[in-house]
Amino acid sequence: MTSKKSEKLIDKKGIRLDGRKVDEMRPVKMQVGVLPNADGSAYLEQGRNKILVGVYGPKEAHPRHIAQQDRAVIQCRYHMAPFSVDERKSPAPSRRDVELSKVIREALEPAVFLEYYPRTSIQVYIEILQADGGTRCAGITTAALALADAGIPMRDLVVACAAGKAGGKIALDLMDTEDKVGEADVPVAFMPNLNAITLLQMDGNLSVDEFTTALDMALEGCKKLYAIQKEALKSKYESIEEAK
Amino acid sequence: MNTPIVINVKKKRITELLANGKRVDGRAPTEYRKLDVESGVIERAEGSARVHLGKTDVIVGVKVDTGKPFPDMPDKGVLTVNAELVPLASPAFEPGPPGEQAVELARVVDRGIRESKAIDLEKLCVESGKQVFVVFIDVYVLNHDGNLIDASAIAALAALINTKMFKYTVEDGEIVKKPGYTPLPVVNHPVAVTFAKIGNKLILDTGLDEEEVMDARLTMTMDKDGHICAMQKGGGSGYFTREEILEAAKIASEKTPELRKIVVKS
Repeated sequence: MTSKKSEKLIDKKGIRLDGRKVDEMRPVKMQVGVLPNADGSAYLEQGRNKILVGVYGPKEAHPRHIAQQDRAVIQCRYHMAPFSVDERKSPAPSRRDVELSKVIREALEPAVFLEYYPRTSIQVYIEILQADGGTRCAGITTAALALADAGIPMRDLVVACAAGKAGGKIALDLMDTEDKVGEADVPVAFMPNLNAITLLQMDGNLSVDEFTTALDMALEGCKKLYAIQKEALKSKYESIEEAK
Repeated sequence: MNTPIVINVKKKRITELLANGKRVDGRAPTEYRKLDVESGVIERAEGSARVHLGKTDVIVGVKVDTGKPFPDMPDKGVLTVNAELVPLASPAFEPGPPGEQAVELARVVDRGIRESKAIDLEKLCVESGKQVFVVFIDVYVLNHDGNLIDASAIAALAALINTKMFKYTVEDGEIVKKPGYTPLPVVNHPVAVTFAKIGNKLILDTGLDEEEVMDARLTMTMDKDGHICAMQKGGGSGYFTREEILEAAKIASEKTPELRKIVVKS
């Protein structure tokens, strides 16, 4: 992985393949309330990533045995559209999809006041329409918006961003090529108001110092996305106001 | 299965004990249970190991076969990790295809081995783009008493070190076996340590009681140079702060060499 290819990811001036600096995020667009049938929904574009999330519930839990007596459960499905990547992806869930659905659910659970809705289920459906690296993080950021749009009480929004090492340097928000060819990827989900990290994964090779730098860079990225998230929520209600 | 009431009672007791630095079984917060590693327990497998970590019991078998390489890595052997939570290991496990707990377990063990480049996969290439060796690592949980990730990662490493491959030559693109064996090229020794957060305390090597009440879980896998090669946060509706994660990295730097010593010499 740390081959000659890897060195070309960042040029001598510290510019990446898509023209970004090491600590620069891809352009982000977020929109709330995009699906008429869902109780809550959101759409996000981050670089070439296109992600749509629909939330249903809280509603009666199915199958019934998954219900918890003292709280709601979140049922989360991370799913990639067959046309979202270069080679068609089978729509059946892969082991990667199963793991990501689990870690995304666990990243969202700390934010939601699950104890308000015992015996119910909140369904979070994440569809990756186009993927270009960092989709689990973008999925979490979008899902938090959709949960908020559904009016589900939350302690804070959850926002996620990855940092990693590519071409020998610690860099923010790796895109697909940088993730595949680069040395390491550290996705992080964060609730900024509570200083709470709700998802942390890593693959690759980093010293403890490099990891600390990457973690802090990802947290900074999260804070920037958090501001955009709040704007997206506000702008939905501003547009309702204008329409009156 | 415990009801929420029983779990709340347990949680209160475990949290109170931890506030004084104590645990239900008398261990210190970062102390592991007795770790016992036995290699070569299945003669028909190319490599195997059985690990007892307290009452947690895991067996890993390694089978080596030939197959096609992935198109994007024509010169490299293939590594696959699968985990089975066998129904005899716990009343909570049921027969059927692997659920999300088993998939996560397999993928966290896989990530540690893959990202630390523990196996020199380039040495497993027979003919570029056509034929390579495939290493199947199967994790078989026999008794679940907490901390399956660390026990499985240790068992997988011990089984890989134990793995032998037959010697061969290639004649007309066909593999011809020769007498004798060579060890699998294992060049790094990843070790996973899994933290549980209960209240605001971090502990290592959770028993089942502690696992039921933990707020969150964090696995760190380190290679023999003390670099982090895999991480996974999981387990429930809790979270970590930045400071807790950095503290965990510090403890992992001290703990992984201790565990590695036990595995590598066995």
